[in-house]
Amino acid sequence: MRFAFRRAGFFLLTLWIALTINFLLPRLMPGNPALAMVSKFHGQLNPQALHALEILFGINTQTSLWQQYVTYLHNVFTGNFGTSMSFYPASVRSVIGGAIWWTVGLVGVATVLAFVLGTGLGIVSAWRRGGQLDSVVPPVFVIASAVPYFWVAMVLVLIFGISLHWLPYIGGYNVSSDTPSLSPSYFGDVLSHALLPAAALLITTIGTWILTMRNAMITTLAEDYVRMARAKGLPGRRIMLDYAARNAILPNLTGFAMSLGFVVSGAILIEYVFNYPGVGYMLLQAVSGEDYPLMQALFLLITVAVLVAILIADIATALLDPRTRTAG
Amino acid sequence: MSMPISGVSTAGPAGPAGPEPATGAPAGPAAPPATRALSRMARAVRSNRKATVGAVLLGIFILVGLFPGLIAHDNPNADAYAPRLGISTAHLLGTTAYGQDMFAQVIWGTRNVLIIAFVAGLATTGIAVLVGVAAAYLGGLWDGSLSLFTDVLLVIPIFPLLIVIAAYLHGGTTIVLILVITVTSWSYTARQLRSQALSLRNRDFLAAARVRGERRLYIIVVEVIPTMTSLLVACFLTNALYAVLFASSLQFIGLGDPNTVSWGTMLYWAQNNAALQTGQPMWAIAPGACIAVLGAAFALLNYAFDEIGNPALRSVRRTRVKRAG
Repeated sequence: MRFAFRRAGFFLLTLWIALTINFLLPRLMPGNPALAMVSKFHGQLNPQALHALEILFGINTQTSLWQQYVTYLHNVFTGNFGTSMSFYPASVRSVIGGAIWWTVGLVGVATVLAFVLGTGLGIVSAWRRGGQLDSVVPPVFVIASAVPYFWVAMVLVLIFGISLHWLPYIGGYNVSSDTPSLSPSYFGDVLSHALLPAAALLITTIGTWILTMRNAMITTLAEDYVRMARAKGLPGRRIMLDYAARNAILPNLTGFAMSLGFVVSGAILIEYVFNYPGVGYMLLQAVSGEDYPLMQALFLLITVAVLVAILIADIATALLDPRTRTAG
Repeated sequence: MSMPISGVSTAGPAGPAGPEPATGAPAGPAAPPATRALSRMARAVRSNRKATVGAVLLGIFILVGLFPGLIAHDNPNADAYAPRLGISTAHLLGTTAYGQDMFAQVIWGTRNVLIIAFVAGLATTGIAVLVGVAAAYLGGLWDGSLSLFTDVLLVIPIFPLLIVIAAYLHGGTTIVLILVITVTSWSYTARQLRSQALSLRNRDFLAAARVRGERRLYIIVVEVIPTMTSLLVACFLTNALYAVLFASSLQFIGLGDPNTVSWGTMLYWAQNNAALQTGQPMWAIAPGACIAVLGAAFALLNYAFDEIGNPALRSVRRTRVKRAG
């Protein structure tokens, strides 16, 4: 329990720091970027939206920095992120609401697949140490870890999208021939559009799972209780799964939570290559459109999502694995 | 075969073989620990096939980056040729939609990537050394606050943060990219170095230095940091790899300086001109492959240094020594 509280405290602190970074960044930058943005959109905005922007970025206001900070925190916690510039007059909140499920679906499915496949491969490759799989997988991962995410995505587009015409590679569904509905054809369309981006994400993230699981397994296989299980003459499959893998998998989970930031950055770039209508693509659109309110909100959203995932992984590990509780 | 795996000693050719004394032991030979560590690393690179491949690849890239004019005679920025030429002996990779020679762009682009890799890699490692070693050695409140700071930065996703900073700066020249990457990505290394320095803290040679009455700064700079040389090199390689990937990604999404000749910028222009769709795949494939190969060179080299610098491996050795004596 103490462990959970400590983790939650750390989570809150990190959240607060992320919020503060988000608040301070535009104010610290040379030549106040928000000022340029506001003057750019001056004619297009109604005075009310303009005023909201000025408060958000601290320009043309007489209020103190502290006052601005309090207003900013209040806005964040009430979910008020202002108006989007590039999707004017939609609010930032509604714009994000439209994008978030695409990312959750894509990253969620790809991550679960990567976890299942990667952990499985890691277990087997550690169990047959020095075998064929074990001699191939780690070097392949070393190379794969150095390949840029977006480049993998581009190669997939080139091979399966452009050369072979097997799969669509633009957007989340066919905008011209399909409308969002609950029909099976729309569902199939969404699925076929998700295949290539998901494959790109899977290829770039699975290596971490394989290697960390393999390493954890190798350490666990040297434990006395595994030797004991062998001495008892238990079947190998049972030792591998019930004795070694069960104990090795939880540290692996924590390790993955720490690398979640990389999964997110991969997803941003992959969505960009595929014009996939998720959060990452939208972030880059906000950047190129100088839509700072949207950009700020998306940065916060991504950061909070990663922090929550890490917190959940931490607490789950603590609940399931007594070793971490005593160590903490 | 001989993979250096954290926490596990492998019987690889570059394993803890030979009569080396425990690192930094006070009764060591006359050579300073840093030099000894470096010569040990050189030996490891030679005896480990993967590391040799990595070193050779990196060497080739460095030569190309130093003397690009010897290989590619064209000016990489000049729109000197017909646009969208195919692959030929005159244009080994064809030309871009603007009529630039792609081969020249790839060759000249090497320099920019290498500068980012080495400067950002060194700077990141430097900050990490300062924070990590100071935290471990000063202890107490210093350790608490520095470690907390490190941990916070560690969980904040770096790449979105990089994007936001670069966006406010309206994209960046190479120097800005290096600065931004350095400021945001030192935390993981700092954590590694802190735990390594902590494990050194109570060793005899440091106690001896303290008894001699050496100043703290002297102990940190002359006694602690040199013993960590191999780990530092491994950290540098990792940081250089990530600097390459981050910088190329930022350049790719248009947050670099679009006039720089670099692989990431090539990919940006390729994406902007729909190079894949218009039958010019080389525009995107070639620079991406170069990033991947350079990254692989760093990653492969890292293997060898991981093996020597791995604190877990070292502790195995140390207990053996203790048991023998």
